[in-house]
Amino acid sequence: MARPPVFLPPAGYRQKRVRDAAHLLPVLGVGLLLVPLLWTPSDEAGGVGNAAALLYVLGVWAGLILVALGLARALRPDQEEDSEGGASP
Amino acid sequence: MILTFNVLVAVALGYVAMLFAVAFAADRQATAGQAGWLRSPLVYTLSLSIYCTAWTFYGAVGYAARSGLEYLTIYLGPSLVMVGWWWVLRKLVRIGRTQRITSIADLVSSRYGKSSSIGALVTLIAVAGITPYVALQLQSISLTFAAFTEGMGGDPADVESVALWTAMGLAVFTILFGTRNLDPSERHHGIVMAIAVEAVVKLGALLAVGVFVVWGLGGGIEGTLDLIGRAPVPLWGGNGGRWVGLMFLSAAAFLTLPRMFHVLVVENDGDRHLATASWAFPLYVMLMSLFVVPIAVVGLERMPEGSNPDLFVLTLPMSEGHGGLALLAFLGGFSSATSMVIVATIALATMVSNHIVAPLWLSVRGPDQVSRDIRGTVLLARRVSVAGVLGLGYIYFRLTGTGTALSSIGLIAFAGVAQILPAMLGGIFWRGATAVGAGTGLALGAAIWAWTLFLPAFGTALIPESVMASGPWGLDWLRPRALFGIEGVDPLLHTVIWSLSLNLAAFVGTSLLSFPKPLERLQGVQFVNVFERNDPARTWSRGGAEVEGLLVLAQRVLGGEIALGLFQREAERQGKSGHLPDPTPAFLQRLERELAGSVGAAAAHALVGQLGQAPGVSVEDLMAVADEAQQILEYSARLEAKSTEQERTARALREANDKLTQLATQKDAFLSRISHELRTPMTSIRSFSSLLGEDGLTAEEARRFAGIVEAEAARMTRLLDDLLNLSVLRDGQVTLKRQEGLLSEVIDRALLSSGTVGEGRLRIRRDPATETVPVATDLDRLAQVFINLVSNARKYCDADWPELRIAVQIRGGQVIVDFVDNGSGIPVPEREVIFESFARLSGRRVGQAQPTGAGLGLAICREIMVRLGGTISYLPGQGGAAFRVTFPQRLAAAAE
Repeated sequence: MARPPVFLPPAGYRQKRVRDAAHLLPVLGVGLLLVPLLWTPSDEAGGVGNAAALLYVLGVWAGLILVALGLARALRPDQEEDSEGGASP
Repeated sequence: MILTFNVLVAVALGYVAMLFAVAFAADRQATAGQAGWLRSPLVYTLSLSIYCTAWTFYGAVGYAARSGLEYLTIYLGPSLVMVGWWWVLRKLVRIGRTQRITSIADLVSSRYGKSSSIGALVTLIAVAGITPYVALQLQSISLTFAAFTEGMGGDPADVESVALWTAMGLAVFTILFGTRNLDPSERHHGIVMAIAVEAVVKLGALLAVGVFVVWGLGGGIEGTLDLIGRAPVPLWGGNGGRWVGLMFLSAAAFLTLPRMFHVLVVENDGDRHLATASWAFPLYVMLMSLFVVPIAVVGLERMPEGSNPDLFVLTLPMSEGHGGLALLAFLGGFSSATSMVIVATIALATMVSNHIVAPLWLSVRGPDQVSRDIRGTVLLARRVSVAGVLGLGYIYFRLTGTGTALSSIGLIAFAGVAQILPAMLGGIFWRGATAVGAGTGLALGAAIWAWTLFLPAFGTALIPESVMASGPWGLDWLRPRALFGIEGVDPLLHTVIWSLSLNLAAFVGTSLLSFPKPLERLQGVQFVNVFERNDPARTWSRGGAEVEGLLVLAQRVLGGEIALGLFQREAERQGKSGHLPDPTPAFLQRLERELAGSVGAAAAHALVGQLGQAPGVSVEDLMAVADEAQQILEYSARLEAKSTEQERTARALREANDKLTQLATQKDAFLSRISHELRTPMTSIRSFSSLLGEDGLTAEEARRFAGIVEAEAARMTRLLDDLLNLSVLRDGQVTLKRQEGLLSEVIDRALLSSGTVGEGRLRIRRDPATETVPVATDLDRLAQVFINLVSNARKYCDADWPELRIAVQIRGGQVIVDFVDNGSGIPVPEREVIFESFARLSGRRVGQAQPTGAGLGLAICREIMVRLGGTISYLPGQGGAAFRVTFPQRLAAAAE
């Protein structure tokens, strides 16, 4: 049985990296959304401003959506995993 | 514009009628085969918006007015799940498609060996969890009716009767569209289309109110941001635990809510849908929550003290005199509530009928009645379930009253359905998850959720004050709000942490300790490795089912035309005409999946199993199949190994056969030889002894004859000695005499006894330096072997200047002595047999007299070497006949 090739042509290589990015995006999102834990509450002295807090979360959200949009266009999900250890019979 | 209660009812009814028309048209189009655009990624994404219920539409503003930014967690969690679709959703959707999954209970039950008890457990948890959620929608609709009529100066509406009428109306709508027929794929084009329309309406309404608030009341973006900055609510309250916990909880609920599972997985048409929804759904919920804070802040500023912030979306435009906008907001909220209720009840009704009613019905009825009436029963069960779920929601609403904040009711539901998460994710990523483990985890998690969150929500009606304060039967550590004595935790977080961690621990622990049934293991492989194999597993390895019976059954379940079409297509695929295909395993598998779409995996399995029971499908069959259904890689690797192994065995067998054939020939030759060898001296002994008996012999003649007789007798004795020697060695009756000595002395003795020394014909080459090796073994026997080898060389070496090289080396306590001559060696085919006892080389050597041995020498050598714990073998590639003798330098004492 032929093993999948170890090195892929550029197109396949790019696709694999796009999939890596798709895997990592939610991790990045979680990381950015944990930032508020560092903030001082808004009602205390020197606390984060109401507007700034809202804008930060909305900004992270919008950024995630934009990256997801780019990834969705680059991903070719209907192709089978041909190089991730899965093999077609 | 005067908005009386009656006008409002008319508007709501008109809106529902419009939805009705949309759903009807979409269903018609789908039946006509023009469903193309109905299944576009856009419609899919919009249908996901049923995540945003009345809770979002009204409750989010109330939530923001009470707890600031925390309301965003409910939308950030699902957004992260969607953005990370490559992790979980893609796999869920693929499994849903290949396994024809119809609900989340079906998924979990299928994964754990099509277990009906697991399916029933998940269904019960879902029903319990969704009941408050349905109540929330009823509450919001009746609240808005009340607020509307009050705000418009009419008589306040009777909140409870509005809720009752709403529940009844929704039940009718759902029954009409959601349970009209039993579709094997469990898809509802009409409903999905109606939801998509509602999604647009609610987003439009909320955006319209938001735009009005920001630009109409707040003074533009800057003005609004300024207002937000001065708001009386701190947007970031610093409760990090709830921020993280709620984000996790909403992400979990997004995957496990039955209605979300239905639109996400069951109605999904391919990965393309997910790719679009991965960014479009987060965008949708972000737009939904964009204006929540401005509406909350402006509402808090403008509305009179004590007004319900849950209703700001509606009351703010109303108080500003914008009746039209308020009506739009009302429709948006109405949309949010109705779409959620419709899909949730359909999903729950499917689960209840497939996982509770159908298995019960199957177990009550005998096998002969199985195929009768099942279609009607399932449909009836669904309709009753729809009414039942709405009824439960109404009762919950009546019991808990209207005082609770919308968001806290929703979170109770979230925490309930999140209990399914460990069993679900464990099932699709971990092959070791077992049904017992899943059942234990689910039951424990659900029990903790019910005790600490669900039951206390009813107030003191179910759990008295004393139990809340000091635990049941005085068991302090069982207090619903302080399990194990840990107090002061936020009640929701308290429930989430305890229930999910104990759920997970029980699930993993019990899975590790239990052993799955064959079907579970089979399903486990198919779920976990869904991307790695394309061929469906063969669950029915034997086609014992009666095809006609199957057709009857399929017609009852799927409906006549659908079933006939299915069978005809299958027959065509098999190359047969007519409607009856052969009951191949593949066909039975497909049929079972089609049936599973209508009655659930467990029931379908039982149905096909009962009909196919002639030879039946035994556990052994499944075991065999389970082996077969290993990963394809494993499988082919095994095949490969097997074929090499078989090849090897075949080769060994061939060799053995050749050897046997050759030996048989050799044996015949040996027998004739031995009789010849015995007969020749016998003949001369007889003739010469009779000559000796005659008179007239001279003394000289008599002495000569007697000498011949003696010599021949000695030759016979030698031959018989050899035979005896061999048989003694073979029987293991020999006793070894362990002696100490130098190897060189043994070789000297051998050369001397074999008559080689001084004769000069065979030149011996030795290396005395290497030979001075002290050995402890039976030296006499060893010398016997050496003598044999040397005399063989002397007798058979056919070189012009025969030469024998004796080389000694020591390797790891083993003495290796090589005897290499410079003759033509032993031909390959004979190398195999020279050590066998009757072997004897054909001896056709040029210019060589017929050898005189009986062919026992090497056989004796081999037996001796075995006794000495060593070996003797032919050494190929030495440019002549070469033998290698290997034996331990010190013979083990035990062998003596």
